Amino acid sequence: MEKHVMQYQTVHFNLNGKDVERTVDVRASLTDMLRNDFRMTSVKKGCEVGECGACNVLIDGEAFNSCIYLAVWAEGKRIRTLEGLLGPNGELSDIQQAFVDEAAIQCGFCTPGFILTAVEILESGKEYTDAELRKLLSGHLCRCTGYENILRAVKKTMYKRLGKPMPEQ
Amino acid sequence: MSKSVGKSVVRVDAYEKATGRAKYMDDLCGREALVAKICHSTIAHGFVKSIDTAEAENIPGVVRVLTCFDVPDLPFPTAGHPWSTDPGHQDVADRLLLNRHVRYYGDDVAVVIAENEVAAAQAVRALKVEYEELPFVLDVQKAMEPDAPQIHDEFPGNVLKHTDIRKGNYEEARKEPGLIKVEGWYDTPTVQHCHIENHGCFAYMEAGRVVVVSSTQIPHIVRRVVGQALGLPWGKVRIIKPYIGGGFGNKQDALYEPLCAWCSTQVGGRLVKLECAREETFVSNRVRHAIRTHIISYVRPDGTLVARKFEAFSNQGAYASHGHGVVAKGMGAFPQLYPCDNLECDCWTVFTNRPAAGAMRGYGIPQAMFAGESHIDDICKAIGMAPLEFRRKNLMPVGYVDGFSKNELYTDTFNQCLEKGMAAIDYQRKVVEYQNQTGPIRKGIGLAMFWYNTAVWPISLESSSCRMVLNQDGSLQFQTGETEIGQGCDTAYSQMVADAVGIPVEDVHVVSSQDTDVTPFGTGAYASRQTYVGSFAIQQTATALRERILNIAHEQTRMPVSNLDLVDGQIVRKTDGRVLKSLGDLATECLYSLEHSQHITAETTAQIKTNAYSFGCSFAEVEVDIPMCKVKLLNIINVHDCGRLINPALAEAQVHGGMSMAIGYGLSEELKFDEKTGKPLNNNLLDYKLSTFMDHPTLQAEFVENAEPTSPFGTKALGEPPACSPAPAIRNAILNATGVAIDCCPITPHVLYRKFKEAGLIAD
Amino acid sequence: MYDMKALYQAKDVADAVALRLAHPEAHIIAGGSDVLVQMREGKRAGVELISIQGLNELRGVSLEEDGTLRIGSLTSFSHITRDPLIQQYINVLGEAVDQVGGPQIRNIGTIGGNTCNGVTSADSASTLHAWDAIVELTGPNGVRRQPIHDFYIKAGKVDIREGEIQTAILIPKESYENTFGHYIKYAMRNAMDIATLGTSVNVRLSADKKTVERARVAFGVAGPVPLRAKTAEAVAAGKPASMELAEAFSQAVKEDINPRDSWRAAKDFRMHIAVESAKRAFIESVRLAGGEL
Repeated sequence: MEKHVMQYQTVHFNLNGKDVERTVDVRASLTDMLRNDFRMTSVKKGCEVGECGACNVLIDGEAFNSCIYLAVWAEGKRIRTLEGLLGPNGELSDIQQAFVDEAAIQCGFCTPGFILTAVEILESGKEYTDAELRKLLSGHLCRCTGYENILRAVKKTMYKRLGKPMPEQ
Repeated sequence: MSKSVGKSVVRVDAYEKATGRAKYMDDLCGREALVAKICHSTIAHGFVKSIDTAEAENIPGVVRVLTCFDVPDLPFPTAGHPWSTDPGHQDVADRLLLNRHVRYYGDDVAVVIAENEVAAAQAVRALKVEYEELPFVLDVQKAMEPDAPQIHDEFPGNVLKHTDIRKGNYEEARKEPGLIKVEGWYDTPTVQHCHIENHGCFAYMEAGRVVVVSSTQIPHIVRRVVGQALGLPWGKVRIIKPYIGGGFGNKQDALYEPLCAWCSTQVGGRLVKLECAREETFVSNRVRHAIRTHIISYVRPDGTLVARKFEAFSNQGAYASHGHGVVAKGMGAFPQLYPCDNLECDCWTVFTNRPAAGAMRGYGIPQAMFAGESHIDDICKAIGMAPLEFRRKNLMPVGYVDGFSKNELYTDTFNQCLEKGMAAIDYQRKVVEYQNQTGPIRKGIGLAMFWYNTAVWPISLESSSCRMVLNQDGSLQFQTGETEIGQGCDTAYSQMVADAVGIPVEDVHVVSSQDTDVTPFGTGAYASRQTYVGSFAIQQTATALRERILNIAHEQTRMPVSNLDLVDGQIVRKTDGRVLKSLGDLATECLYSLEHSQHITAETTAQIKTNAYSFGCSFAEVEVDIPMCKVKLLNIINVHDCGRLINPALAEAQVHGGMSMAIGYGLSEELKFDEKTGKPLNNNLLDYKLSTFMDHPTLQAEFVENAEPTSPFGTKALGEPPACSPAPAIRNAILNATGVAIDCCPITPHVLYRKFKEAGLIAD
Repeated sequence: MYDMKALYQAKDVADAVALRLAHPEAHIIAGGSDVLVQMREGKRAGVELISIQGLNELRGVSLEEDGTLRIGSLTSFSHITRDPLIQQYINVLGEAVDQVGGPQIRNIGTIGGNTCNGVTSADSASTLHAWDAIVELTGPNGVRRQPIHDFYIKAGKVDIREGEIQTAILIPKESYENTFGHYIKYAMRNAMDIATLGTSVNVRLSADKKTVERARVAFGVAGPVPLRAKTAEAVAAGKPASMELAEAFSQAVKEDINPRDSWRAAKDFRMHIAVESAKRAFIESVRLAGGEL
């Protein structure tokens, strides 16, 4: 077998509002780098092929499965993980609090990925129907909740941010 | 007195999980860990003749290559059952750490330990495994044929076990003139749990003992199995269960903890991590038994069940794991849900060359309910009776007592659940509205009941231990062997502990992680026993703790114990309700007393010798697009009587999850195998169709609360029951819409195409 | 961590071409949602990769001077769906790629990758075939343009030559003008799925909206590569729009398609769904074009 020549590259990017740099093996996925080099435990591994959404992060405001994204592609990007949502004194953001309040969390393994996609949805500032929200959240699999309370949490936060009352079912 | 039980208290682990701080197995593993990767067989049945490891061992970063020729000859069982001291009731010990006799496509034949995952994967690919291939069999009934391939020498004919139930005289009774015979075969698929965190573990040695941190539901059982598999005294094994990302029964087996532990012992006790890839989780962990059921009912035209025959063939796959208990539980439901005087019931658990089937949410009941409740609607169609009317006439009556378990139906649960569900979905109106449809797109409504038994008594031991350790601020630490796996038991426990002891729920600190070195013995998370079984231990231990506290209060206040109470964390004089002192002051004074220092704790084991029925039903409304062979689920409602709700919000959430899983079971999920090779075809989350966010409508959960009299908190099963009745309700709704009786699940477009063609609904 | 032998990151198109020539064995990686998955599976393990992920010049949708709609090859599915030019001229393409996988896949997946992997089930492919898209490839000898029908050679194999990368997908004005289409993805679930069958139909009606001037239909998964059903198109061309025509059009697709039996679906089932989907997509296309049936 031909020997692999180790290849490292220094990546500069912004992680949760802070400029950082790391020298990484070019073979690393963004999941690998965030978990191993930055100890971001919110970035979960559920399938490693982009089917479950547990490793989701926001890159320049859009949701990506970090498992199928090379770490070196982070160069110059603005990356957000769930860790970045927390206030300085550990305060939960509104969407995290909604997940807590609506019992949208069970085993918790899909939770970080879902919350970050919810952030992308909420930051669009738009009002979506239930069907649209279901589609926007459909890149995440959850086996515990049947998605029901996750929908409630996102919807509730959306209306709260829009300053509108939540419509009755 | 403020009560916590019955309130929707926020999950004790919600903050940790909402922030991503909750530590799961891989979050705790040192980055220096060696990586173990398994080489799985690429044949469905045969013997490993040789494994050439030379090329693999030369790959840089590879530390050790271990094969099926290296493992200890210690067959071990894997099922997450309490151990039986009676050898006749022990689980079947039928596998080794790595197997020369491979029995399914994906069996474990070798393992590579390497410095990183890339080297490990390269080395696994570089292994040259030579097999002697044998014929294989995937179908459960073909495996019972005389010339079928033999999978385990100890089980000729591949039958792991056969049991039966006989009542009255079936053969005589069915001769009654005027009876209508209804016969059906019902197939359920091999499915997988698909918890989002795959199973994985890491192991290392410390002080001559092996430590395994694992994503498991059953740490104490895994300790025993690791000991058995490695030939170690059980005290030399320590298992730690951190937060886990779902289990649903898959992690109610010892999975790769024994192999990982052994790997560590083979590299000088170094830290070794073994994580299943999703593809391995589907095939080389556990699956749900595919069960084929044959039911014959002889019915009078008025809907009276006169004689019934039930045969179930359970596809065990390659290894015994949970074995016969699964189909036996399903068969057990049959005579009880619709009692009949003349019965012949048989069930067989049969080895095949599929992945090993183990426990999965419902433990035989989803299969039994799909068959049984589909069959009830087939009877209704045959005799022209409304499905609701037939059920009301034949369902288990109030006062029914099962002779074996002594379970009793205390209240009119079934009718209460039916009433609630009918009102919620507007059943009667829709039944009328959906009559006589003719277009290409038709709607239908269906229902199905379920039977469920909360815990495992009297089939197995039911025992639960817990420990309460009082802090000097009046709060306490609570530990139990029953595990939080996402279902929310830690929160329910904190509520029960608060009420049982008499302190605010905020003052209960549940220790969520189990560590067999520290945690009192408990068999873990399985059946739907957590709140039921745990509540006995909590009640008993709280009583012991209160007694100690009140005795100390007596010493400190000089009031007689009979005039003292502990309410909301305060020592209260009963006669006038005066607060004498806080529990915190009591505990501090007590511990630091120069005369009589005491650390106030209590620990007890409760053996539970009762069990409880947990019943309910599902209603489903569908729209069937006949030319497109598609079913759209419009509405679905589950109604449960799980006794008193400990935490309504978490109970509702639990039902949602079970319904979602059952919708997949009914409509889309099936692990498929290549008939020519036995190779699994869709062992990934793209090709295995579990429900996405867009695949179901609003899930509605309703409850009827009849307090369970045997339980200290009036509670009983809710974990598995939600997964039991939605699939047949959907099937029956499709029957209602189209007149087509489907004989299997999942009811995919492929199945509908075939059935609609047979029925002449579509032509080509 | 991925088992790759080496990674070469292209700075611009010229650099990508140079890297292609310097490393002819290397595989091109754009978004990564196919390449990395196959690398992990072992199919592409140990290969060299040329990443064109950073070539922002290949992102975005524009109109060329002659009215040709130009879609940069690295434009992600979600950006295609949201693009105003796509919504104005070929909305069905935006709708089709909005059914790929889930949102995160639509953020990383590119139309170039979707066509270059040569897969018959690609959600963009049937629509691009039905709209006579042109594939633009840039190589050492400059730009080469090729009809998408010719770009697909066989399952998993497309016509990318030495030193080339795909740089754009073009939709000629003649193709999109006054044309309305509908895509039906037939899959086993409503998200995170690959097509069991993809059906893309588009029509151009006469000024009075009574006659079908041109109908085009292409399928994914009805053959080893996406394919057009020319017999059906001929049946519809020049005929009055009617339910009878929809029926005749859809029955005629059977002449041209050749789905296969696989564990994912049986041939006869795919055939049946193709006919029904063609009918429904035709009806919807006529409706979108302002016609009545």
